[in-house]
Amino acid sequence: MASLDDLKKRISSVKSTQKITKAMKMVAAAKLRRAQESAEKGRPYSDKMNNVILNLSSAISDIENAPKLLSGTGEDKIHLCVVMTSDRGLCGGFNTNIIKKAKLYFQKILEEGKILKIITVGTKGYDQLKRAYSDNIIDRISFKESKNVNYFDADKVGKTVIEKFENKEFDVCVIFYNQFKNVITQIPQEQQIIPLKTSDKETNSSEDNYEFEPEEDEILSNLLPKNISTQIFKAMLENSASEQGSRMSAMDNATRNAGEMVDKLTIEYNRSRQAAITKELIEIISGAESL
Amino acid sequence: MSEEYSLEIVNPEKSFLYKNDVTEVVVPAFEGEIGILKDHISIISFLKPGIIKVFSNSGEDSYFVNDGIIEFKNNNLSILTSLILNLKDIDKEKLSEIQKLTEEELLKPDISDQEKYLLDQKIEVLKSIN
Repeated sequence: MASLDDLKKRISSVKSTQKITKAMKMVAAAKLRRAQESAEKGRPYSDKMNNVILNLSSAISDIENAPKLLSGTGEDKIHLCVVMTSDRGLCGGFNTNIIKKAKLYFQKILEEGKILKIITVGTKGYDQLKRAYSDNIIDRISFKESKNVNYFDADKVGKTVIEKFENKEFDVCVIFYNQFKNVITQIPQEQQIIPLKTSDKETNSSEDNYEFEPEEDEILSNLLPKNISTQIFKAMLENSASEQGSRMSAMDNATRNAGEMVDKLTIEYNRSRQAAITKELIEIISGAESL
Repeated sequence: MSEEYSLEIVNPEKSFLYKNDVTEVVVPAFEGEIGILKDHISIISFLKPGIIKVFSNSGEDSYFVNDGIIEFKNNNLSILTSLILNLKDIDKEKLSEIQKLTEEELLKPDISDQEKYLLDQKIEVLKSIN
């Protein structure tokens, strides 16, 4: 059994760990509220954008000449995966869940004999992927410096993606991120952004007759790059809310575990203290008896 | 008979403005300014840098926009834009900063005619505000 001194030291170290995790939980909770708010505020923009594009794409008559961003290159050989993770750890299964989802997709792609290219956003994703897929990672982006998620950063990622598309470096682009449902649940998502999937609500707008100024094609070719940035921005917002939520519940668990551990150690400490006292008493009494 | 319709302006961060007593909105569309009244035909268009003027029962407001898309449908006007500033509480310093950035961008060698046109427009508008 550990000595009394050792137990004492352990108790105090667990207690200070508990203090840290508690503080981290508080910080995450405060950040979560802000992140959640901005995720909710950002939704109308991306929803509206999606709507407009759906309306536009259903109005386009000449599918073959539609912009490539909408219809794709016509091939399905090279897949670009944008894996969006956090820059910091200690947030439970947040990063691992995204990576797991992404790895499943990677395997599928590779088994089909297609070429896989990866862009990682956030340092943690890079750390987890670099061992297995270091040859596939073509770029890594991190926004450690920016405090809040902002559109400017998302635009940067979007522009990188579009530039690569225009250079014909890939045919299909998929982004991976965590969708924020609530503090306990975050759902890892894969979303294809190039070519755009429009199957969802195609029927609702077919009868509307829009006037376009300028021509549909021109609007579309201006709009689609913006939409990509918007979708990435949405993913970043969802991701940051998820990260804070995940961290909050992870830290809450850690605090509770530390509390349990302190209780257990305290009982052990008291037991061994009593044992030592009893032992001493027995020694004294048996010593007195032998006289 | 009411001549009002609703207007919503959203930027990526949030829903910027919502009004349901708008009588007319003038937007700087790509091919010239468009004034939109009630029962306008459904239209989708995009914006160049310029001033949005909103006339409503509660008064008149002007906003500077950098770019954007407008959609008008069933007497709902949605404006999506990445940068919008209310001219009333605009910061002169910020304006000149944007103007400086734009001028720098204009000097880049690999610029397309369309981009050049848009940037020229932007500078012109910014100058007119300042």
